[in-house]
Amino acid sequence: MNRIKEKLQEDKKLLSIYFTSGYPEINDTVEIIKSLEKNGVDFIEIGLPFSDPLADGPTIQESSTIALKSGMTTNKLFEQLKDIRPEVSIPLIIMGYFNPILQFGVEKFCAKCEEVGVDGLIIPDLPVDVYNDNYKPIFDKHGLKNIFLITPQTSEERIRFIDEVSDGFIYMVSTASVTGSTKGFGEETKAYFKRIADMKLKNPQVVGFGISDEDTFNDATKYAKGAIIGSAFIKHLNKHGKNNIKDFVKSVRPV
Amino acid sequence: MTYQADEKGYYGEFGGAFIPEMLYPNVEELRKQYLDIMKEDSFQKEFKALLKDYVGRPTPLYYAERFSKKYNTKVYLKREDLCHTGAHKVNNTIGQILMAKRLGKNRIIAETGAGQHGVATATVCALMGIECIVYMGEIDIERQAPNVARMKMLGAKVVPAKSGSKTLKDATNEAIRDWINNPVDTHYIIGSVVGPHPYPDMVARFQAVISEEIKTQLKEKENRENPDYVVACVGGGSNAAGAFFHYLDTPEVGIIAVEAAGKGIYTGESAATSALGKEGIIHGSKTLLMQTDDGQITEPYSISAGLDYPGVGPMHAHLFRSGRGEFISITDDAAMKAGLQLAKLEGIIPAIESSHALAIFEDRKFKEDDVVVVNLSGRGDKDLNTYIDYFEL
Repeated sequence: MNRIKEKLQEDKKLLSIYFTSGYPEINDTVEIIKSLEKNGVDFIEIGLPFSDPLADGPTIQESSTIALKSGMTTNKLFEQLKDIRPEVSIPLIIMGYFNPILQFGVEKFCAKCEEVGVDGLIIPDLPVDVYNDNYKPIFDKHGLKNIFLITPQTSEERIRFIDEVSDGFIYMVSTASVTGSTKGFGEETKAYFKRIADMKLKNPQVVGFGISDEDTFNDATKYAKGAIIGSAFIKHLNKHGKNNIKDFVKSVRPV
Repeated sequence: MTYQADEKGYYGEFGGAFIPEMLYPNVEELRKQYLDIMKEDSFQKEFKALLKDYVGRPTPLYYAERFSKKYNTKVYLKREDLCHTGAHKVNNTIGQILMAKRLGKNRIIAETGAGQHGVATATVCALMGIECIVYMGEIDIERQAPNVARMKMLGAKVVPAKSGSKTLKDATNEAIRDWINNPVDTHYIIGSVVGPHPYPDMVARFQAVISEEIKTQLKEKENRENPDYVVACVGGGSNAAGAFFHYLDTPEVGIIAVEAAGKGIYTGESAATSALGKEGIIHGSKTLLMQTDDGQITEPYSISAGLDYPGVGPMHAHLFRSGRGEFISITDDAAMKAGLQLAKLEGIIPAIESSHALAIFEDRKFKEDDVVVVNLSGRGDKDLNTYIDYFEL
């Protein structure tokens, strides 16, 4: 069974962390993954850096710019990940924009993901319609779960369609924003979390954007299966380096 | 076969809408309504009245006699440089501000490189009394101080884009992010035939007034609607899209798109996207773009800020790939000389963007009785400092 599906069946709220591969230093990728697993993170989003990350805020863009300057590439990421299994056993998801994947070759990219043991992909600028019409068989062939986003503005009809096409979880963007831009969730956002929960979708939901600490994690996972932290973790890396990951994870989910 | 966009916004294999889900409701709202709104009588009436009384249309189609004699062919200049605000850009911003009003939006955002589209957007926002925010690369803000001042006079807020290379593509990224953060009340006025569907098609339709007028005017002057060639410069490609629009499916009209070769196509300082670009995704559209082997978007170069874009509109990518369009690239030096030459031969100082289109006559020969229409997309006032520095005037 796909590691993502397996993880989603565990009886707990899931904590996922995003980080940009090749950041802070180009060869930190594997060490950060191992440290996150060791400290109890449930699954990981590995960012494939891109020059023009439209859906991301300044924190993640800056980390991508630095990673690219250090020489990070798609090939390099697959090289870094080649021995990650079986040493790391939690699900690994690559989050990247579509253009670098298109240049690498979608089929080749998916094959490489399968080869190194990546379980899923999040490609924010590959819309569900285009995926469904053109790429789904390739992803399926390589056992990759493609994760789609929904937002507070996504219509019910479209959410149902995304639920239909998805087989893993649905990435619920907490508020209409780019990454790293909100502080705490208001009543409107909490009502949206509930509204989605009440839709009884076949795929569990994991909330992302605007989660930075224990409070926001708890709010986000009141109805949802889990939550993803990105910018706040990058900021932590900026401030404390990669040796203090334990403290960060604890600050979000004390054991 | 047609060279227009299909209903999903594809020109052949190019176009579409590769957007994050956060943008979907905005873009979808526009996609569902733009054609119907544009077809409304009241819309057309208001659009045409503003183009006539405010922009100053129709712009003349001028027979450039001395220029024609020099190159031994018949050259007409479509005088978009005489539009209010100094370039064709305002045709689109007038159309889009009327669209925004009908969509019930009360806040406008735009990106700008050299500032021409920013000024054209700030202008129509002032005209309509609507809040206007223009994103502009930090480096461009320094380079284009007069246009920044114009936007401020017109009441717009100019926000520096500090990410990435701090130029046009980053200003576009910032504008898109603003739209993601403001999904309900805001309309994004994109300045060229780029971005996700329906933008390339919508902007082309607003600019199509250029070729509509050429047809009527050429009929009066030459007793024929169709020239042998239409020539226009291409950055993102909005003036070219407008000049080509009504000729796209008329194969006897040759279409010539002129890109900026910068210091030379293969010098690493160029913006000749058709020659250097590969298929990919930029700003929500599948098109040709300049990028590394790893799919990172690279920074183009041209002396002309308006041609300094790493991609090209999907319509043009298709014209190139299908062979319908002839693509020529012109260096900084050739463009500057052509600009100076037009000033001396015809008393018209062109924008450096347009000078690229004028420069092709040195090497691209036409027959004596060919009728060639060049879209003179903008005037050179904004480029005076560049002309002064280059020619040590």
